[in-house]
Amino acid sequence: MNDKPKKAPAAGEYGIETLAIHAGASPEPVTGARNTPIYQTTSYVFEDVEHAADLFNLQTFGFIYSRLTNPTVAVLEERMAALEGGRAAVCAASGHAAQFLAFFTLLEPGDEFISSINLYGGSITQFGHSFKRLGWTCHFVDPTDPENFQKALTPRCKAIFIEVLANPGGIVLDVEPIAAIAREAGIPLIVDNTMATPYLCRPMEWGADLVIHSTTKFLSGHGTSMGGALIESGRFDWARDGKFPTMTEPDPAYHGLTFFETFGDFGFTMKARTVALRDFGPAMSPANAFYTITGIESLPVRMERHVANAGIVAEFLDAHPFVAWVSYAGLKNSPYHALAKKYLPRGAGSVFTFGLKGGYEAGIRLVESVNLFSHLANVGDTRSLILHPASTTHRQLTDEQRQAAGAGPDVIRLSIGLETADDLLADLDQALG
Amino acid sequence: MSKPAAEEPLHYDDALLRRILTNTRTIAMVGASPDWVRPSNFAMKYLQRKGYRVIPVNPGHAGKDILGETTYARLRDIPDKFDMVDVFRTSDAVGAIADEAIEVAAGKGARVLWMQLGVRDDAAAERAEAAGLTVVMNRCPKIEYGRLFGELGWSGVNTGIISSKRRKPRA
Repeated sequence: MNDKPKKAPAAGEYGIETLAIHAGASPEPVTGARNTPIYQTTSYVFEDVEHAADLFNLQTFGFIYSRLTNPTVAVLEERMAALEGGRAAVCAASGHAAQFLAFFTLLEPGDEFISSINLYGGSITQFGHSFKRLGWTCHFVDPTDPENFQKALTPRCKAIFIEVLANPGGIVLDVEPIAAIAREAGIPLIVDNTMATPYLCRPMEWGADLVIHSTTKFLSGHGTSMGGALIESGRFDWARDGKFPTMTEPDPAYHGLTFFETFGDFGFTMKARTVALRDFGPAMSPANAFYTITGIESLPVRMERHVANAGIVAEFLDAHPFVAWVSYAGLKNSPYHALAKKYLPRGAGSVFTFGLKGGYEAGIRLVESVNLFSHLANVGDTRSLILHPASTTHRQLTDEQRQAAGAGPDVIRLSIGLETADDLLADLDQALG
Repeated sequence: MSKPAAEEPLHYDDALLRRILTNTRTIAMVGASPDWVRPSNFAMKYLQRKGYRVIPVNPGHAGKDILGETTYARLRDIPDKFDMVDVFRTSDAVGAIADEAIEVAAGKGARVLWMQLGVRDDAAAERAEAAGLTVVMNRCPKIEYGRLFGELGWSGVNTGIISSKRRKPRA
C-alpha cells in the first residue's frame, strides 16, 4: 500500500476483530499486566468511611462486593457492550439469569410481554411457567409475520422479545418491522443474539433496545464457562409515557435515587445490576469471565470456520438420501435465506435442524451412532454437537409447542464445530447408514 | 435531568473533553443542591474528591454551606476565579445562565460552559461560543471524568476507549 498511514480510528470506529481483543481491556495500571487478571476476590477495601458511603449510595464509581461488580467481569461487560454497539452491559451467571435481570428491571407484577414462539426451549419454560409465578404474563406469537406482534399488544405489554436467529429451527426473523412495532408502542425490543453472536449480527443496528446473550455458547466458545450478558443500547427513552416507573420514579431501596435521571443512557443496566443482581445474586464468577474474555478474542475467526463448516454439513445432509429436510438459513432453498442475507451477511450461524425420513427411531439411532459428534445439550462449542430436542431441551413442552418451536419428534439439532469438515461428513454418513 | 432534547445528537471528541477536564481546576456549579441524594450534590462531591474545587451557585441557598463551600446566588457574586460553569438546571433555565456566564467570563477567567446530562440549549451555546467559550451540552462531567480516566468501565459502560498503553493518572 502506498497510501499514507491513516489516522488512528476514533472511538466507535474500530473493527469488530479489534474490539474482540481490546475493548474493555487496557493494561492493568498498577502492575502493567497485559492480559486481564482474574480478580479472584469477594470484596474491596474502602479508602475511608466517606468513600464507603458514596459507593453504597451509588454516588461514586468503584467496587464493593463481587456480587455487584468485579474488575474481571467488568472487562467482559465493557467488551460485550462494545461488540454489540451498545452503551453498557451487565453480566450474570448464565443467559437465563441475564434474561431474569432484564425482565425484573422492566416488569411489575401484572405486567405482560410478547415473545416469539421460536425460542430456545428453556426460555419458553422460563417465560411460560416460572415468570407466571412472579405475576408476569408472556404472550407467545408466531414471529414469521411481524404483524402478529402488533395484534398481541395490550396496555400492560412492556416489551417484545425475539431470537434473531432462532434456536433450534434455522429461522431468521425480520427484525426491522418488529422493532418498528415496539418503537411505536413505546416499549423496548429485546433480542437474544446468542445464536448469531455480534460477529454475525448486531441487533441494535436494526432497532433493538436490549440484547441478551448466553455467553456460554459461541462467545466463551470452548464449552468451558457458563455466563450471560444484558446489553442496553442507551437509546431508549424510559420516560416517554410513564410505562417504566422502576426507571423513572425514586427507588426506595436507594434513598429515593432515580435511575434514569442519575445514570441516563446506562441507567437500565445500572438498575439491573444494583437491584436485580444485588437482591437475587446470580453474579458471574471472575474465573468464568476470564475464560469468556479469552474466548471472545478469537470469536471472529472461530465464527468464520463455524459457518463455513455448517454450510458444508448442511449441503451434505440436504443431498443425503435418508434426510427428509434441512432447516439451515444458509441454504438457498431455505425460506429464510433472503432474511439471512440481510441480517446475517457473514453466515447463518452453525446451529440448525434436520429431519430424518426414518422419523423418531432413525433419530435415536443417529445420536447413538455418532463418534465425533457429542450427544449433549449445548451449542456453540469448538466440538460438533448433536441433540434430539424433543427428548431433551424441549421435553417439558406440549406436542403443539414442540412443533411450533421447530422441535418435532423427527428433528435432530446440530451445532457444527471447528473440526475438519470431511471428518464431520464421514461421521454423519456412517451414523446415518 | 429533564427529558433529553430532541435535536441532533451531540458529538464531542475525547481529546477535547480530556483537555477540558485536565485544564479545569475550579468549577462554578449552578443549581448545586444541599440535599445529599440529589445528583448535583454527589456529582459535586465526586469532583471534589478528584481534586477540583467546586463553588455552588444557588439563589435559594445563598450564604449557606454545601460540602464545605459557601453558596452564591449568582455567578457574578463569586469572589474567586473559576475555569468552568457547570449548569445543573433544566434546559429552559440555560439561556439566562449562559448570558451571565458570557458577561462574567473575562473577569472570572471562565473558558468553558458545560450543561449537564439532559440539558441543552443550542441558541445559548451559539452565543457562548461566539463569546469565546467552549461549550459542552448534555454530558455529566462526573461521568465523562470516569469514562476518560478509567472508572466508568467498572460499571460495564462502553467507554469507547481502546488503548495498549498503561494508563496514567490525571495530571
